[in-house]
Amino acid sequence: MSVQTASTNQATGLLNGDLRDRLLKPDVISGSEMLLRSLLLEGVDTVFGYPGGSVLYIYDAMHGNPDFHHLLTRHEQGAIHAADGYARATGKVGVCIATSGPGATNLVTGIATAYMDSVPIVVITGNVPTSAIGTDAFQEADITGITMPITKHSYLVRDVHDLPRIIREAFHIASTGRKGPVLIDIPKDVSAAKAKFEYVDKISIRGYNPTVTPNKLQVDRLLKAVEKASKPLILAGGGVVYAGAGQQLLEFAEKTQIPVITTLLGLGGFPSAHKLWVGMPGMHGTYASNTALQNCDLLISIGARFDDRVTMKLDGFAPTAKVAHIDVDPAEIGKNVPTDIPCVGDVKIVLEQANQKAKPAKSEAWIGEIEGWKQQYPLRYKDSESELKPQYVIEMISETTDGEAIVTTDVGQHQMWVAQFYKFKHARSLITSGGLGTMGFGFPSAIGAQMAFPDKLVVSVNGDGGFQMCAQELAVCAIHNIPVKIVIINNQVLGMVRQWQEIIYDNRLSHIDLAGSPDFVKLAEAYGVKGLRATNKEEARKAWQEALNTPGPVVIDFVVRKDENVFPMVQAGTTLDEMLLGDYE
Amino acid sequence: MSANKHTISVLVNNQPGVLQRVSGLFGRRGFNIDSITVGASEEPGLSRMIIVTTGDENTLEQISKQLYKLIDVIKVNDLSSNPMVARELALIQINAEPKVRPEILGVVETFRASVVDIGPTTMIVQVVGDSDKIEAMVELLKPYGIRELSRTGVTAMIRGIVK
Ligand SMILES: Cc1ncc(C[n+]2csc(CCOP(=O)(O)OP(=O)(O)O)c2C)c(N)n1
Repeated sequence: MSVQTASTNQATGLLNGDLRDRLLKPDVISGSEMLLRSLLLEGVDTVFGYPGGSVLYIYDAMHGNPDFHHLLTRHEQGAIHAADGYARATGKVGVCIATSGPGATNLVTGIATAYMDSVPIVVITGNVPTSAIGTDAFQEADITGITMPITKHSYLVRDVHDLPRIIREAFHIASTGRKGPVLIDIPKDVSAAKAKFEYVDKISIRGYNPTVTPNKLQVDRLLKAVEKASKPLILAGGGVVYAGAGQQLLEFAEKTQIPVITTLLGLGGFPSAHKLWVGMPGMHGTYASNTALQNCDLLISIGARFDDRVTMKLDGFAPTAKVAHIDVDPAEIGKNVPTDIPCVGDVKIVLEQANQKAKPAKSEAWIGEIEGWKQQYPLRYKDSESELKPQYVIEMISETTDGEAIVTTDVGQHQMWVAQFYKFKHARSLITSGGLGTMGFGFPSAIGAQMAFPDKLVVSVNGDGGFQMCAQELAVCAIHNIPVKIVIINNQVLGMVRQWQEIIYDNRLSHIDLAGSPDFVKLAEAYGVKGLRATNKEEARKAWQEALNTPGPVVIDFVVRKDENVFPMVQAGTTLDEMLLGDYE
Repeated sequence: MSANKHTISVLVNNQPGVLQRVSGLFGRRGFNIDSITVGASEEPGLSRMIIVTTGDENTLEQISKQLYKLIDVIKVNDLSSNPMVARELALIQINAEPKVRPEILGVVETFRASVVDIGPTTMIVQVVGDSDKIEAMVELLKPYGIRELSRTGVTAMIRGIVK
């Protein structure tokens, strides 16, 4: 990769002394230069973006700036998903830049994606000059207004003097409490205006004070409930991963002897090889997870928000359970599921406190019962010698990478097969759009993850539909030699939609045929990226090995069976015990 | 749980867009707004919004929690859980030919309202009070023919000192 981090200490993420001193100088500089200096001071070494009239002062300030790395994507959606992938892979704040109007509106899907999954991103948009705001000027859009429902907070900067403070605040808000995207809209005249650069050291935002330390009494209540429970269950979500609480969760589960199910975003937050791990619950969750949910007497939700893809029909969800809910966002408690034991705080701190006094539940028989369900209905599929099965491809990737890769997915059947058949070992090793379910996310997010970890293996698994939503970012991989392994599970249809039409709409297949898709190998080659194709098991193994042995980016087109379905499946509007099991039936 | 009227006081940063953030939140999350008023508070830089909403206790709790998620929201208070003073102002323009004026003045007096404008054939009546009182006043004035009605929405405050 040609882009390298020159100025930050890789180990600490902090700027080295000389550069920091240089950046902190109270020079009279433009808003654009303030922005770049502030970003560097926040420890940002890579941003993703796309220029245009309203951000030209900012791009001018980047010109020849050796400290600042900017990646030009081919679409603003690519930029924000890349920033998102960077943030999810590292836990740091991702940054992207776009111009006013169409540039800014092209970010909307990515902002909503990050918002739904609580990903810390700072989004910088340009706007028309202050004097033109509200006049329907060329390329004007009220981006702060448009994005209000999908940002944690936003700023329209009216005075260049406010800029350093606003950037500090934006980073603070994005990365603390329940994380999320923050937008800073900078009118063109503000990015041009000059003022003395005064870096704000301390920030205090009245009205923003996330509770991180839990109420001791609630933690005690939780532990008491654990001791009394005979069928306890932990539901661990993305909050565990974001809080870096994997170790604490492991300790808590082992001390209390409580089985663990992990949501899609929680995958990797608990080692999938552990005997207490039951699987993923929900629409395409395991039989054991869903059955455990429906039979537990104590459900402890940790950093999970009871999304309807997990609970399915709320009325009838976990009907016999007392519910404890640990979350840093108090508004999640009681939002969907009535809570008996609320516990507001940073998941890691809550678990640390709980671990000091945790005693085992009376769960031995229950663990045995769950083990029985796991044995009886493991995830499985009918393999085929004549056709390539998508599940086989995912299993192969899982086995060869041994859980050590960062895997990003797009949205659809392949996403669920990754969730089911890839064995996750580490937190932040799965990057996927859970809450919004954004097609087009998988590939550009892998670029961001790979920029953050140039030496790690990053595998991006996509459907042939979703890949075509951001395929143009192949140019970015090619030009910077970003070695993402781009897997396409090519079933020639919008697979997940086909599955719904087959099962729910009486097999009336309507507009799911992707005929007219490009030859993905040639498409890759047209961008100067290596392309490989496999249509059976042997070719699949060979192509995958070749991809792994290739130092740069590779597209591997796995042509799989068209009409494979994801099972188990719980249909919308039904409860978790009404699972379609596929081959078992 | 039963749906009740609640009067919520929200102290916010006086920033552009705050009203949009708050009202947008209500709309987006399906919370109901009966009325919303905004004005200066006792502290420079902060405004106070008074929102009248209908919902059960769970909804009220969610409203408060979701409001607190907005960075510009500083304090949320459910006023209606305490003895409070709630007032609304209405301006009512009615048809008032000279011969009915004495009659109208009688109504106005009973309600301790006042007449703030008299035209050749019309009158504007100003009334201040809780929403029930204003509704009663409107009912009584209806027979004369209401030409225009403008209400401010409720502003409110807790009585005495609440600890
Ligand atoms: C932007 C966007 N548009 C539409 C959808 C609805 N959707 C969900 S899955 C799916 C099909 C995906 O097909 P493909 O990318 O080929 O993946 P597969 O399901 O075949 O693995 C669609 C259209 C979506 N999630 N996102």
